[in-house]
Amino acid sequence: MEVVPLRYYGRWITALALGVVLAGLLVSMITNPRFKWDIVAHYLFDDSIIAGLMMTIWLTVAAMGIGIVLGTAVALMRISDNPVLSNIAGGYLWIFRGTPLLVQLIFWYNLSALYPQITIGFPFGPSLGSFDANRYITVYVAALLGLGLNEGAYMSEIVRSGLNAVATGQREAAEALGMSRFRVMARIILPQAMRVIIPPTGNQLIGMLKTTSLVSVIALQELLYSAQLIYTANFQTIPLLIVASAWYLVLTTLLSIGQYFVERHFGRSDRRVAAAPDVAIESGK
Amino acid sequence: MPAPADSRDSLESFAVVARGVEKSFGSHKVLKGVDLRVEYGKVVCILGPSGSGKSTFLRCMNHLERIEAGFLRVGGQLVGYRQHAGKLYEMRHSEVARQRADIGMVFQSFNLFPHMTVLQNIIEAPIGVRGIPKRQAIEEAMTLLAKVGLTAKADAYPRTLSGGQQQRVAIARALAMRPKLMLFDEPTSALDPELVGEVLAVMKGLAAEGMTMVVVTHEMGFARDVGDSVVFMDGGVVVEQGTPSEFFNNPRTERARAFLGKVL
Ligand SMILES: Nc1ncnc2c1ncn2[C@@H]1O[C@H](COP(=O)(O)OP(=O)(O)OP(=O)(O)O)[C@@H](O)[C@H]1O
Ligand SMILES: [Mg+2]
Repeated sequence: MEVVPLRYYGRWITALALGVVLAGLLVSMITNPRFKWDIVAHYLFDDSIIAGLMMTIWLTVAAMGIGIVLGTAVALMRISDNPVLSNIAGGYLWIFRGTPLLVQLIFWYNLSALYPQITIGFPFGPSLGSFDANRYITVYVAALLGLGLNEGAYMSEIVRSGLNAVATGQREAAEALGMSRFRVMARIILPQAMRVIIPPTGNQLIGMLKTTSLVSVIALQELLYSAQLIYTANFQTIPLLIVASAWYLVLTTLLSIGQYFVERHFGRSDRRVAAAPDVAIESGK
Repeated sequence: MPAPADSRDSLESFAVVARGVEKSFGSHKVLKGVDLRVEYGKVVCILGPSGSGKSTFLRCMNHLERIEAGFLRVGGQLVGYRQHAGKLYEMRHSEVARQRADIGMVFQSFNLFPHMTVLQNIIEAPIGVRGIPKRQAIEEAMTLLAKVGLTAKADAYPRTLSGGQQQRVAIARALAMRPKLMLFDEPTSALDPELVGEVLAVMKGLAAEGMTMVVVTHEMGFARDVGDSVVFMDGGVVVEQGTPSEFFNNPRTERARAFLGKVL
């Protein structure tokens, strides 16, 4: 007998309606001369835009790197038995999650106003050296500190939930084998926590890529600020924002593809392989 | 605090000596003075109703739980404490780890490392804790896998194995550390009935080789056939201890008779 699969007429109708609306939008964008696609094309590969793009990529990677390392450290401190460490971690979270990133960025940028001379040493004791804050707290450092410290707070919560997701039996089994605390964490708990940590971290990374645009307020020439510099001179605001957005879209698309493969890699022990016949038992006994 | 040892308990012939071991979770006292001696090369089965503290006591033996009073010596060493000049000093984690390396433990829920293959599960601790060269560790692991009948599964991930196979891998993993004592906490309770036999067979083989074993179990057949002695726990104390035939044929206490009446 012939099998007639269920037909989804509703899907076709909504898809069609949506297609018409999108096509209309697209046509209006292309034909509206005020979008100035020729200017978009002209600036898409402009040297200063590409330099800004590179800065955005570098900031994203560096701030995310700081965030992951710091976040892991803070998560480990948070769950440690040592009350001093776990309270320090709690305080850090409280401050950096509780204030806006924009404020933190401006704060770090202006740190040299607060402490023109930064001295490293013991309170009331000998000094180990001092440096001029104006020279070293550059926009770079302010941007990295701001983005990295803020990200660290969010990453620590992600890492902590990942660590908590690992069954307690895993730690016990590892400890029963005589593994050191470090080894239990590095070889047993963290690798398993990865599967829980990776997906939200991918989202954080994509978020960070866009969040770097905030540092334009402290005049660091990343992608958005590069575009802004151009349009404040030639008043082509919309075309240059389209240029910046196009690059953000390219990067987030690439990251999403990467995320897919990384998640697949970490899920590998989940994929069942076809069970081989258990010959060994029969022959073994 | 655990009481200092006296000379009788330092006898080297005992793998485990426990005296008056106490342990509470919050206000709930789970172990109320447990006494036990396990000779080297013997198999001791711990029986008892649910909640009587069997698992807790077993876990004390490798310091997964900390005892609060009494005295517990495994392999001639106090568990988790160092005795010096009449005082007991709590050990650092690294010292506890060194003690644990000589004690194998098999859990009811297997607890294999799911992100590692069977072979990686087995060689992880010998390489990382004992510092055995990788080639040698793999060789020994394959010998152990042959012993538990799972040579073909060396490269499989735990999730692809049946419960019985996983538990046999867990036993091989514990044996890879060449422990002087093996602890089993209801190793077959999580298994489908038809898979229980294959795990018990492996344990029986171990007992025949002279491994010292403490086995918490509900398998009365195993306790009767393989156990050298049977310990009956109830309400956080050892109520009765004897040979399997004494215990199963002539239980001395009312509580043991009631328990046997239910399980046999
Ligand atoms: N980590 C814990 N925190 C609080 N209570 C606990 C903990 N572990 C065990 N207990 C309690 O201690 C008591 C004894 O538990 P234990 O697991 O030792 O019993 P058992 O004899 O092994 O029982 P079963 O046969 O069910 O495994 C139980 O009442 C249990 O609820
Ligand atoms: Mg139990």
